[in-house]
Amino acid sequence: MKLKTLLVSCLVALAPMAAQAQVEQFKIMAPANPGGGFDTIARTLGEALQASGQVKSVVVENKAGAGGAIGMAQFVNNEKGNPNALLVAGAVTVGALETNKSPVNFGMVTPISRLMGEFNVIVVPTASPYKSIKDLMAAYKANPGAVSIGGGSAGGIDHIMASLMSEKAGVDPDKLNYIPFAGGGEGKAAVLGNQIAAYISGYGELADLIKAGKVRALGISAATRNPDIPVPTIREQGTDVVVYNWRGVFAPPGINAAQKAQLIKMVETAAKSPTWKAKAEKFEWLDMLQSGDSFQTFLNEDIKRTAVTVKKLKLGN
Amino acid sequence: MESLNALFSLGFATALTPANLLWALLGCTLGTAIGVLPGIGPAVTVALLLPVTQSVDPTGALIMLAGVYYGAMFGGSTTSILLNTPGEAGSIVSALEGNKMAKAGRAGPALSTAAIGSFIAGSIATVLLTLLAPIIAGFALQLGPVETFSLMMMTFAAVSAVLGNSPLKGFIALMLGLAIGLIGIEPQSGQSRFTFGLMPLIDGIDIVVIAMGLFAVGETLYTATYENKMKAGLETLTGRFWMTKEDWKRSWKPWLRGTAIGFPFGTLPAGGTEMPTFLSYSAERKLASPEAQKEFGKGAIEGVAGPEAANNAAVTGTLVPLLTLGIPTSATAAIMLSAFQQYNIVPGPLLFDTNPELVWGLIASLYIGNVMLLVLNLPLVGLWVQFLKVPRPLLYGGILLLATMGAYALRQSWFDLMLLYIIGVLGFLMRRYDFPVVPLIVGLIVGPMAEKHFRRAMSIHQGDLTVFLTHPISLAILVVTAAILIVPPLMKRRQKMLQAA
Repeated sequence: MKLKTLLVSCLVALAPMAAQAQVEQFKIMAPANPGGGFDTIARTLGEALQASGQVKSVVVENKAGAGGAIGMAQFVNNEKGNPNALLVAGAVTVGALETNKSPVNFGMVTPISRLMGEFNVIVVPTASPYKSIKDLMAAYKANPGAVSIGGGSAGGIDHIMASLMSEKAGVDPDKLNYIPFAGGGEGKAAVLGNQIAAYISGYGELADLIKAGKVRALGISAATRNPDIPVPTIREQGTDVVVYNWRGVFAPPGINAAQKAQLIKMVETAAKSPTWKAKAEKFEWLDMLQSGDSFQTFLNEDIKRTAVTVKKLKLGN
Repeated sequence: MESLNALFSLGFATALTPANLLWALLGCTLGTAIGVLPGIGPAVTVALLLPVTQSVDPTGALIMLAGVYYGAMFGGSTTSILLNTPGEAGSIVSALEGNKMAKAGRAGPALSTAAIGSFIAGSIATVLLTLLAPIIAGFALQLGPVETFSLMMMTFAAVSAVLGNSPLKGFIALMLGLAIGLIGIEPQSGQSRFTFGLMPLIDGIDIVVIAMGLFAVGETLYTATYENKMKAGLETLTGRFWMTKEDWKRSWKPWLRGTAIGFPFGTLPAGGTEMPTFLSYSAERKLASPEAQKEFGKGAIEGVAGPEAANNAAVTGTLVPLLTLGIPTSATAAIMLSAFQQYNIVPGPLLFDTNPELVWGLIASLYIGNVMLLVLNLPLVGLWVQFLKVPRPLLYGGILLLATMGAYALRQSWFDLMLLYIIGVLGFLMRRYDFPVVPLIVGLIVGPMAEKHFRRAMSIHQGDLTVFLTHPISLAILVVTAAILIVPPLMKRRQKMLQAA
């Protein structure tokens, strides 16, 4: 039944494309290990490109390391001028490149589209005395060191969110007691086991624990409340912080304007396909599709903002 | 007892359907195969198999993926023992005694004790998973960075016994391991250390590259340089594939002890399969009979039986936090988690209520998978042993090829290949000048973890060093650690005094 609907929708999507040549082989670089966020985006986009009949076969290449910098370096070197290759990157990469003083940067790739976003949520153990963002911030103000806040790797979006909250509380982010966890599993265990005061992660990753009542969600980093998410925003609780994690795709350097336009068209078609939409709904991704010049503007701002935060936190070399 | 009911009425009913049995068989076979090939770990294989989740029902697919996970641990020991090329971090220790046994013509018993030990450990661990999963998971969460750091100190204390004949050389090797372990980004501050501006070093050096460099490449260089000049035919193969009565007698206790060490480590958020194999190895070395103790370093069967049981029990242990809390504690478990997500199944506190057939079917299939792996592996022992009949130049050529392929398969990087051979030369020099390799590996694996947990503990408790003594579990572990260090010398002294009297 599901397959049928899928096939029908593929045909519908295919119809306007009929005149256009299909790409034989397409390459997507996921600069992370299989199973993570970058990998999921790469594989989902690959499926969507195929299902919408735009490409015949897709190869997803995994190249983990240094928050995506290693994969990006290889992509820049090997795919120069290739109009049939994309690299997945996102807010995590921006933070990692800034922190590691990497020899590669976003100026070396061609921004195509931002595909999705995800809000962060800040949770506390069920045994925690903090019932709201106000409680948490009051305790933090009184003694910043005593409120340990866990999250993803240092300099990443979770760390940036914590430091922005610190700033709003009028405390130098330098005083922040941030505990980075790689891979999510250990971090979840730490908040479940009441080892840390609070934990920040993508909403999708913590939704199950929140629904099961195993952790208490204090606030979500969105601008306004979402009817599907039973968590108040951080902003409405008096701490004006709006942050989201994003992921998008980039083309190799050295492609011409026509090739870039073509890639944008392909990616946008894929991101509007039922294949993509189904996955997005499953993972509670936000639709943040944005391409070309507006994506470039957004990217520049994000890099600038991250650089300031990383400097303030005295991260990196 | 409720869980037993669920296991039989739901679990075996689900797992024993012909289709699911076939998935289990496929997974186990595939897992064994990839375990045999170094460099291709279970994590990558499970990831490559993820697309099958689109056409197979969830129970069947997860049963197959669990089979891959299990099978890889079984298969990993094979190359460790026969060729001295540990393809997974969990089977490094098996190479120590196992390969020595193989060289002494006892590859058959080494492989058998590994297979049977894995079977027994896997089975016991699955029973524990069935009965105690929710309780253990809750307890494991209480162990934070403070307790984990103390556990690592215990591991260091325990393995200091394996520092080799010269404590000074052992100490140097340990320091070398700790130093290599420092390479890469320090997670707490995001600073990179000893990377010399080289991007590929930012994440540190993969443990598999180091193990294969030290063992496989180092060994090959050593053999080519020295043993070639000796009389050929040192490794005459005695025809025995099967374990003798003596082997059984020496294996069963290590199997049980290995299980007892491995399972709890697997359930810890910071556990993994490497630490329990070290602990098991040093425990066996200490507890072995005086005659067997002399065999350690030359091929003692206890040194294979214990660690092999420990790594399999640990693998089953990682399913405890995965199923009950939705927390993956290993790379493979993380990818299994995304397999669950493909089906909109969310592992975690609600899983036992929302998808009982799936959970119990998976657990039941673990029992079946264990039997299947034993049936699959034992007859293969005879076949594997034939490998050692290959003329030595060809055999070592093959080992070098396998190690090279394995290192390249990790992330398709020429840099890793270069490292492999540099470390190979280091391994050769260490052998030439009689430095033990184990302390280096231990320092390399446990060192960075210990640092991470120490810094985390210090950060959370704001630099208060007394936390290690005020947390009761941590204190208990440290007392045991002190006992490990103090008691044996005291006993020796007492014995001497008694003898003198």
